[in-house]
Amino acid sequence: MSKIVLTIDGKEVEAEEGMTIWEAAQKIGIVIPTLCHHEKLEPYGACRFCTVEAEKRGRVSLVASCLYPVENGLVVRTRSEKVDKIRKMILELLLAHAPDARGLEDYVEEYGAKKDRFEKEASFCIHCGLCVRYCAEVKGNYAVGFINRGTKREIMFVPEVAPNVCWDCKECFPLCPTEYLQAAYVLSMAYLSSSDSFEPGVVE
Amino acid sequence: MDSDKIGQIIEKHGSKPSSLIQILLDIQKETRWIPKEALEQISETLKVPLTRILHIATFYKSFSVVPRGRHEVHVCMGTACHVRGAQRVLDAVEEFTKIKPGETDSELKFSLETVNCLGCCALGPVVEIDGQIHGNLTPTETTDVLKNTGNVSEG
Amino acid sequence: MARIKSVEELEGVRQEILSRKEPGKPCISVCAGTGCLASGAGEVIAAFKAEIEKQGLDTVVDMMGTGCPGFCEKGPIVVIHPGEICYVNVKPEDVPEIISETIKEKKIVERLLYTEPTGEKIVKETDIPFYKNQHRMLIYENTKLDSKSIDDYLAIGGYSALAKVLFQMSPDQVLEEIRKSNLRGRGGAGFPAAVKWEGSRDADDTPKYVVVNADEGDPGAFMDRALLEGNPHSILEGLAIGAYTVGANEGYIYVRQEYPLAVENVKIAIETAKEYGLLGKNILGSGFDFDVIVHMGAGAFVCGESSALMTALEGKAGEPRPKYIRSNIKGLWEKPTVLSNVETWANVPLIINKGADWFTQFGTETSKGTKIFSLVGKINNTGLVEVPMGTTLRNVIYDIGGGLPGGKKFKAVQTGGPSGGCLPEEMLDLEVGFDELTKAGSMMGSGGMIVMDEDNCMVDVARYYLNFLTDESCGKCVPCREGIRQMLKLLTNITKGKGKEGDIELLEDICEVVQSAALCALGRTAPNPVLSTLKYFRDEYEAHIKEKRCPALSCKELIAFYIDPEKCTGCRRCLRNCPAGAIDGGKKMIHIIDQERCTKCETCFEVCRFDAVKKISGEPVPPPIPEEARIIDKGGKGNE
Repeated sequence: MSKIVLTIDGKEVEAEEGMTIWEAAQKIGIVIPTLCHHEKLEPYGACRFCTVEAEKRGRVSLVASCLYPVENGLVVRTRSEKVDKIRKMILELLLAHAPDARGLEDYVEEYGAKKDRFEKEASFCIHCGLCVRYCAEVKGNYAVGFINRGTKREIMFVPEVAPNVCWDCKECFPLCPTEYLQAAYVLSMAYLSSSDSFEPGVVE
Repeated sequence: MDSDKIGQIIEKHGSKPSSLIQILLDIQKETRWIPKEALEQISETLKVPLTRILHIATFYKSFSVVPRGRHEVHVCMGTACHVRGAQRVLDAVEEFTKIKPGETDSELKFSLETVNCLGCCALGPVVEIDGQIHGNLTPTETTDVLKNTGNVSEG
Repeated sequence: MARIKSVEELEGVRQEILSRKEPGKPCISVCAGTGCLASGAGEVIAAFKAEIEKQGLDTVVDMMGTGCPGFCEKGPIVVIHPGEICYVNVKPEDVPEIISETIKEKKIVERLLYTEPTGEKIVKETDIPFYKNQHRMLIYENTKLDSKSIDDYLAIGGYSALAKVLFQMSPDQVLEEIRKSNLRGRGGAGFPAAVKWEGSRDADDTPKYVVVNADEGDPGAFMDRALLEGNPHSILEGLAIGAYTVGANEGYIYVRQEYPLAVENVKIAIETAKEYGLLGKNILGSGFDFDVIVHMGAGAFVCGESSALMTALEGKAGEPRPKYIRSNIKGLWEKPTVLSNVETWANVPLIINKGADWFTQFGTETSKGTKIFSLVGKINNTGLVEVPMGTTLRNVIYDIGGGLPGGKKFKAVQTGGPSGGCLPEEMLDLEVGFDELTKAGSMMGSGGMIVMDEDNCMVDVARYYLNFLTDESCGKCVPCREGIRQMLKLLTNITKGKGKEGDIELLEDICEVVQSAALCALGRTAPNPVLSTLKYFRDEYEAHIKEKRCPALSCKELIAFYIDPEKCTGCRRCLRNCPAGAIDGGKKMIHIIDQERCTKCETCFEVCRFDAVKKISGEPVPPPIPEEARIIDKGGKGNE
């Protein structure tokens, strides 16, 4: 693998081809904040919280550092007015769903996010996908997945699988940045035990 | 739909996971919905996790995981129809059928969906009922068309 | 039909087909595109068949269903050759007269001719201003063939470009020609085709793929449908040429399942092309193998985005992928893939046959060739319009489109679908082109052009597009899913009179983040309708928020219906038609609308013959006039 040299927050970093900006930053002790990233999982690129400025040949782009491959001569800024504005808005949009989420708390003050900028939404889930991806990639159980699309997208525990595997596992529960996952599991199991059918995709 | 038929459809598409959407389209066309048993059979046969199939079955608007009505009513809400008053046509349909888009009435007579552009913009606003296009509709005309739907075949 | 094994054989077959045609034999062509079929063209075609058979005229006249010529407003359309006599809005009942008068007696049926607003009747198809002012390089071919017939395609020179490429040009030379032509993607982004092809050609990975994006999800856009339904072989030919150039042997056509006729016709085209040896193994003996597979969409606008389309081809939910590594390097199955729009592929045989120099004589500095637009909405001549790049919006809307119906005032034209923007009257002299439209705050998109008039509320238009996107977004990333969710809420509140100070600024803030941080182009362009309407129609937003007034008198919660006592004649028409029983009145009495019961359905407004029903907004409804004053006496009004 050939070596690649780029600059992150003014510091020069030597990285390998195929590394992402996030990994290269970590190498020199810069931890770019993320909400959907996990060392055991493939990068997902859904939260966009890791967005950074990446400049090459005079052009500045805003990219998800967890996925963007390193390039020679790239100049990266992990904090800037633009980047901070993006992170603040992402937080505020998610706080409408999960205002007390411990996974967001750390950042609320740092980025000056307002918990009440948007009216409260019904669902707590912030769609980081950690539960779904962990169950698929690490456990291979596929007990929980995504259904529907757009603003109606939700996670769902699969009735055929979850009752058989989840109780002895529960490894995804602590991964959830909000308190939603455990509640979702308990509610689905309660619903299943009280009815004979399920209807995925039916949104009340 | 029996499992043999589903097996045939899976084979027709080469029994490949990449053909998942084509397989579901065929099943949807036959029975107007995709029963849970079909999803499970496909998962087992193609060795694909049920979560992936559930995601597909709920992601794409062509599929329904609940039974649909005998008469599919599609109200076009494309931009051209919208500027020509499609919303009021939709209001009239909702008023008459007593259901909202995405729903089926309790007698399984009508299923209502909004669609984004049937490409008959010269006829806007347009409603498609059981594959037939009705164009240049006013709300009153829409109600009349619905009143006449299914009456002949159902006696 | 035995497989054609060489170019010489192909020319032989072509000559043989041409020799079978009887020059001068009359031919009745009826548009058999989906739009006309919805207007009853199927019945017209059946009527012609029956009448020709009944009168024993099959040796005297031919009849064929053709591809869409684009004049959807006037369908079903019948053109009789020779002479190009064009009849519009034809019904099955008109068929016997057409046969007896025009076919047998060579006389024109005046009443079926296209009539100008001035009253002038036009006989020849190409003299009709709608067609005359266009430059129909692609779409005119539709009218020359039966879409299901490969012989018809061969008769108009089909597959000669492929033959030329396979035997007279190297892949490098083809690439050069495409580069010289400046062909840019017709699907929305306007990316240079040659750059895309070159990237795949140079990529050190196999197998390579070529893909046709026929997902055409922009509401109001149906030009790809017309091309794919009408002339499917032209797309196959273009695709094969692209495959040869980049080194691909497998192609996919992703068609939305909402286009069943396009699916049917392209499948027939693939079958017959295979039969003739123009697809499949060792095409024309060149050693080049190429197969094409049709894959149907399942109702997802987002699958029109190229990376989502590839994900769908792989049998998954159509979530877009990051394009930090371009898909022409790592695309379908992580292999080099050239994905382009239907119209882009359709241009390829044209460029090869006529040359890049010919192609570049049309268009602007940076946008060459023609573009097909679907002109819809508040327009007289709804249909497909093909013009050279650089034509002005005014030209398209007025000279070709015939202006707006009902004497209404033009307000805006929306281009680029949900990723585009609304352009106001002062932009009407803008020349259409990729960069020109983007600079103005909109974009070319796939070519949808939606005309709006004084009755359309621009805040509602923005709300409409966001509502569309809430459902169509894949939902994976935060900026798009949540940003659109909140923007829709804000806009809905504004249209319902619940807008507050600060809402516009909040909208602008959300727009900025969604544009910068969303995962894919759907998300990044989602703010465009909001931003362009804020740019050109900010006053409408402010009226909604500050005055609770809808200037277009469109937003239901902000308008009231009121019967003008000066104009009411007491005819009772509105009362009889009101579905809510909200009108109070009697014979020869001034009618009054009960605001509590009124559902704003607009029926009274539509049925009143005296222009007495008024829509008002932003002002209180005048109190009902006293009972005694409501009687209209014989001489005049009783409301002095």
